[in-house]
Amino acid sequence: MHIPDGFIDAPTSLAFGAVAAAGVAVAIRAARRSLDERAAPLAGLTAVFVFAAQMINFPVAAGTSGHLLGGALAAVLVGPAAGVLALTVVLVLQAFLFADGGLSALGLNVTNIALLATVAAWAVFLALRAVLPKTRASVTAAASIAAFVSVPVSSLGFVLQYAVGGTGTVDVGTVLWSVLSVHVLIGAGEAVITGLVVASVLASRSDLVAGWRPGRAGSMAAAA
Amino acid sequence: MAPADRHEDHHHGHDVGERLYLHRHTPVHRLPAHLKIVAAVAFVSVSVATPIARWQAFAWFGVLLVAVLAVARIPIATVLRRATIEVPFVAFAALMPFFGGGETVTAGPFTLHRDGLEAAASILAKGTTGVLVAIALSATTPARELVRGFERLRMPSVLVQILSFMIRYVNVVNSEVERMRIARASRGFEARGVRAWPVLARAAGALFIRSYERGERVFLAMTSRGYDGKMPGVEKAAPTTRQWSAALAPAVLACAGSLLAMVI
Repeated sequence: MHIPDGFIDAPTSLAFGAVAAAGVAVAIRAARRSLDERAAPLAGLTAVFVFAAQMINFPVAAGTSGHLLGGALAAVLVGPAAGVLALTVVLVLQAFLFADGGLSALGLNVTNIALLATVAAWAVFLALRAVLPKTRASVTAAASIAAFVSVPVSSLGFVLQYAVGGTGTVDVGTVLWSVLSVHVLIGAGEAVITGLVVASVLASRSDLVAGWRPGRAGSMAAAA
Repeated sequence: MAPADRHEDHHHGHDVGERLYLHRHTPVHRLPAHLKIVAAVAFVSVSVATPIARWQAFAWFGVLLVAVLAVARIPIATVLRRATIEVPFVAFAALMPFFGGGETVTAGPFTLHRDGLEAAASILAKGTTGVLVAIALSATTPARELVRGFERLRMPSVLVQILSFMIRYVNVVNSEVERMRIARASRGFEARGVRAWPVLARAAGALFIRSYERGERVFLAMTSRGYDGKMPGVEKAAPTTRQWSAALAPAVLACAGSLLAMVI
């Protein structure tokens, strides 16, 4: 669920637009450095994958279902830079084509969903990978925990934006606890799905998992 | 087919951009995409920056938007169907009147806060304005034109390329999702409850591998045609003053209305 127009006031939206632009600029530079001319095709198809994977419904119970958010998954599979770019582009398209997330709120949504979720996931993943044994099971577990953390962290971005420039009358404390508790639950689902997806890719094409072979972003390296 | 699984392809539709775009020959459709992007962002910005106390301004925004949608000949049913994306936030806004401080209003069994009511009205008015603007933009502009518009507005080339890849391949990958779903269903799979997750996650994993390999093939094909990280630019005539004024007219009128509503 993305923030619509008018939920956060104009100055705050503008300020987070600047934050998002700066973060995306850093990601562009990092992606160019690690992936050179492969950056665009790779991040492009990752964006398509995230967009398509979000359409797979995971049934929960009693007719409800959820779907993958994909920030942590993208970071572990293709690295944080390409992950940020892929999620940013997904959000741009959702806002401009589907009215999902306000145009004036794009900076807010990019900050929370593309930057915070992906970067938090990658930081947790790196920290866990450093202490866990170098096995595939560890990479799967680290990805799963990273995904779990990334969702509430992303929602904390929203709480911060609401505290600074929220137009609602619900007090920040109430928003904090309700938003956080919902997103801890969503994070649990995200953790399970991310772990399962990473495990399945590791089983057949471990060379494609950036988090498994650091510095070797897939077989395109051989081609380039 | 299991009811839960049948909804796998629910929300974002299959052919992104091309299904959202309604082909017509109207002045709104003819405007260059980058002008429409600027106009849309300007209109939304005016709406977001207008305090809800100037309620007349929001009525005026509505009139302007209905006029644009009418000139573009977008059916009201289409507008309403696409506007349902807003529903979760309508629910959120409905909670606002129960919170707040100061003056209260009694409505039947409920005690409502006046500032909460105002906040709810603000969220609804501005959210709806934003949704209608985005609908007007996507219904009159093909997705690839939109990307070209971003390019002309100097969006970084890498992002423009990623967007182009996305629009080019999203239908291909979405039909892959659909084929995988049919394959699962034909093997008797029913997505019922959490026990179905490993199967669905393996499908997502396979989808990643297929997407990635497609990216590799596309990259190699591009490289063999001389791609070096840059895309050949498309030179287009600069828009005329008339096109600029036509595109910006709704936003300028909205801004004028907002200022007028402050005075009265």
